[in-house]
Amino acid sequence: MKKIGISFFLPIVIPVLFIILWHELALSIDNKVILPQVKDVLSLLLHPGQELISMGSLLSNVLVSLARVLTGYLLAVIIAIPLGILMGYYTKIFKLFNNFLGLFRPIPPLAWVPLVLAWFGVSSMATLCALEKGQLYIYLNNLKLSMVFIIFIGSFFPVLTSSIYGVTTVRKTLLDSAQVLGANQLDIFRKVLLPAAAPSVVNGMRIGLGVGWMCLVSAEMLPGSISGVGYLITHAYTLARTDIVIAGMISIGAVGAALDYLFRNLEEKRFKWQYLSR
Amino acid sequence: MMGVKEKMTNSKLIPEIRIENLYKTFVTNKGQEVAALRDINIDIYSNNFICLVGPSGCGKSTLLRIVAGLEKASSGNAIYKNKKIDSPSSKIGLVFQEYSLLPWRTVLENVGLGLEFKKISFNKIKKIAGEYLELVGLSQFAGAYPYELSGGMQQRVAIARALANDPEVLLMDEPFGALDAHTRILLQKELLRIWEKNRKTIVFVTHSVDEAIYLADRIIVMSSRPGKIKQCIDIEMPRPRNRANPLYGKMSEQILDMLEEESSLATPLAELAVN
Ligand SMILES: Nc1ncnc2c1ncn2[C@@H]1O[C@H](COP(=O)(O)OP(=O)(O)O)[C@@H](O)[C@H]1O
Ligand SMILES: [Mg+2]
Repeated sequence: MKKIGISFFLPIVIPVLFIILWHELALSIDNKVILPQVKDVLSLLLHPGQELISMGSLLSNVLVSLARVLTGYLLAVIIAIPLGILMGYYTKIFKLFNNFLGLFRPIPPLAWVPLVLAWFGVSSMATLCALEKGQLYIYLNNLKLSMVFIIFIGSFFPVLTSSIYGVTTVRKTLLDSAQVLGANQLDIFRKVLLPAAAPSVVNGMRIGLGVGWMCLVSAEMLPGSISGVGYLITHAYTLARTDIVIAGMISIGAVGAALDYLFRNLEEKRFKWQYLSR
Repeated sequence: MMGVKEKMTNSKLIPEIRIENLYKTFVTNKGQEVAALRDINIDIYSNNFICLVGPSGCGKSTLLRIVAGLEKASSGNAIYKNKKIDSPSSKIGLVFQEYSLLPWRTVLENVGLGLEFKKISFNKIKKIAGEYLELVGLSQFAGAYPYELSGGMQQRVAIARALANDPEVLLMDEPFGALDAHTRILLQKELLRIWEKNRKTIVFVTHSVDEAIYLADRIIVMSSRPGKIKQCIDIEMPRPRNRANPLYGKMSEQILDMLEEESSLATPLAELAVN
């Protein structure tokens, strides 16, 4: 009984201490620009729908950010997974791409910003779709190509690397045994290679989404942006609204952790065999 | 009349698998050449149970992989029913030495794998796979995953998977090598029971002489690397064979002597002594 109690409370000890410390510090500093009170930030988080500093609500800005990340991320996934699987399976394709991609891999996503701004400026998915008004225009115009590109770059390499790894580490005996049972090339891909590589691919997807999410927030802090949590934080800072800055940061952390949790959950449920097999 | 007779004698005389003048040389990553098999000639006839014994590293697995179509001979041929073997086919099954089940599939789904490749309907696959699972005595584990089974059970599933594909020839590469002595003897009996029922041609690799004598119609002894055929021995003891039979012991001694010769030839110390 006692053991269960301890293991239940253990994970919340540090957060509680942290909040108490924050509370005490805020009281003693008594300057809400340097450190706002816990209850002020909490009230912002508890009312995510309320209008803030004429920028829309916290929730709507988080949603704009999420839409941007998912667009860039999905593009990355759609390209990186098939490419990674082919590179992992066919040595020739690996040799064809590896050096080239290896040059781009070490470039931090944010180092692309100047170039990307020069290329895309403020054009958005709406520009691509040749839309100039309407509800859809408002949505699509938030998806700036420059941001989508930065997120794409950030998500791309983790997904690619782990897809390659997933395929190259498939046990040869599994491929051989499918072949002697009469599998053709398509069978091998669908019934052996893909399921065997899936845990690694999904792991890469989780990491890629995390990196994309981090890139987005930094990208939104750049000039030219007018919405999203990243921009909300920057703008709140210029208005000395530290409470909004902190509430924004907490939202970013919470959304990132939630996305990560969803993936981990999936991995645990679907890929139990991987941890349990010898 | 003549035609029928000819056909009958033909099927008796023409080997199901013929290996002729087969050589295999591997080139390692460093560019070194490793001779694995040298001038192998074997004829294997339908319905026979052949055991291949030899010191480890003599090329037994390589030979099986060539017959299965997974590896190409450097020169010479492996022929199945008058056709050169150059790629895997579902006519020739192979049970691997190491565990080879797909870990994300249940036992039943693993047994049905080969049938899926044949594009057989889902319900039929389930039925056939279930039958073969019953044949190896694992019906109650149909829904289990490989990691929930012992090593011996996993090998039984692998055998069921190979048999469900209904191959003409079943190649088995030390399938019981990793099992404890008790399980091993159990599975030997089980394999013979299955073989007597469906009479597939079996080529069974083992390094256990006892196992070979218990199972085989014919034992092929290979010499150490590069592997050559040293001798073929027909075992004519009636089945089921009794390990207490004096003939069993004599055979065993004879083959062990042959293998010992091999291993002493392979050690440099012995070579020095000879010189
Ligand atoms: N892919 C390979 N590349 C290089 N050498 C190999 C390869 N496969 C097997 N060999 C070598 O060929 C010889 C025979 O191997 P193998 O057929 O596995 O022997 P056995 O099954 O009788 O123990 C060994 O010396 C082994 O090192
Ligand atoms: Mg071997």
